[in-house]
Amino acid sequence: MKENHTIIRQEYDIIKNDFARAGEASSNIKKILRQLGIDSAKIRKTAIATYEAEMNIVIHSNGGKIIFSISEDKIKIGAHDRGPGIKDIGLAMQEGYSTASNKVRELGFGAGMGLPNIKRCADNLTIDSKEGEYTRLDMEILL
Amino acid sequence: MKVQEILEILECQCHLGKDSLDREVHKAFGCDLMSDVLAFDTDKTLLLTGLINNQVIRTAEMMDISVIIFVRGKKPTKEVIELAKINNMILLSTKHILYTACGILYKNGLKGVPRREEE
Repeated sequence: MKENHTIIRQEYDIIKNDFARAGEASSNIKKILRQLGIDSAKIRKTAIATYEAEMNIVIHSNGGKIIFSISEDKIKIGAHDRGPGIKDIGLAMQEGYSTASNKVRELGFGAGMGLPNIKRCADNLTIDSKEGEYTRLDMEILL
Repeated sequence: MKVQEILEILECQCHLGKDSLDREVHKAFGCDLMSDVLAFDTDKTLLLTGLINNQVIRTAEMMDISVIIFVRGKKPTKEVIELAKINNMILLSTKHILYTACGILYKNGLKGVPRREEE
């Protein structure tokens, strides 16, 4: 059986409250996928999920990383942060539930659609969070 | 509908993309919440918003939206225009409020993005 070698793997540092650069990692990943000639619907799903996860790190955490890798059969996106964690993952998955500040809402986020959007776009999603320590989202988009 | 036609109907000022006004959009989305934009199918879509920051451009970039109208007479900053330029976008602004701008376009035949299927 043929092995699924990782074609590209990259890590991006995401900085807390850096709204000027927020989205750069997602933008870079989207460009790479386009250069690789990936199907546009898969690119869109990856871009949405990555961007929401990147914004979550900027908005809610003390900083973290977006880890991108692609192999022959899937795109993997990890969004790992240090920070307050998610108190109630079930609640956070509900559309419209948000803990974002007014400042974040003024930027157009904090509508409570982030995790639901990620779940809709990712073929596989795992969320691991420890209150007061970290949140780790791992998503897969199957090719 | 061609962007040129939209520009005329809404009496828009063009901040970026003057040479691309023959670009077509097939539907529109009016919204100040970027996560809501990210929840819909926005192929060949015009975005109308009162929000002016980099996140509007980033959101549009992720969704392959290439035409944005800022409502309520708001004008994009240089930084926003630069980011939009990299992404080959058209940026317009109109003095109409969001509701009125959307209503005028709807009356002229430009429909909204389809509703989401119930999950």
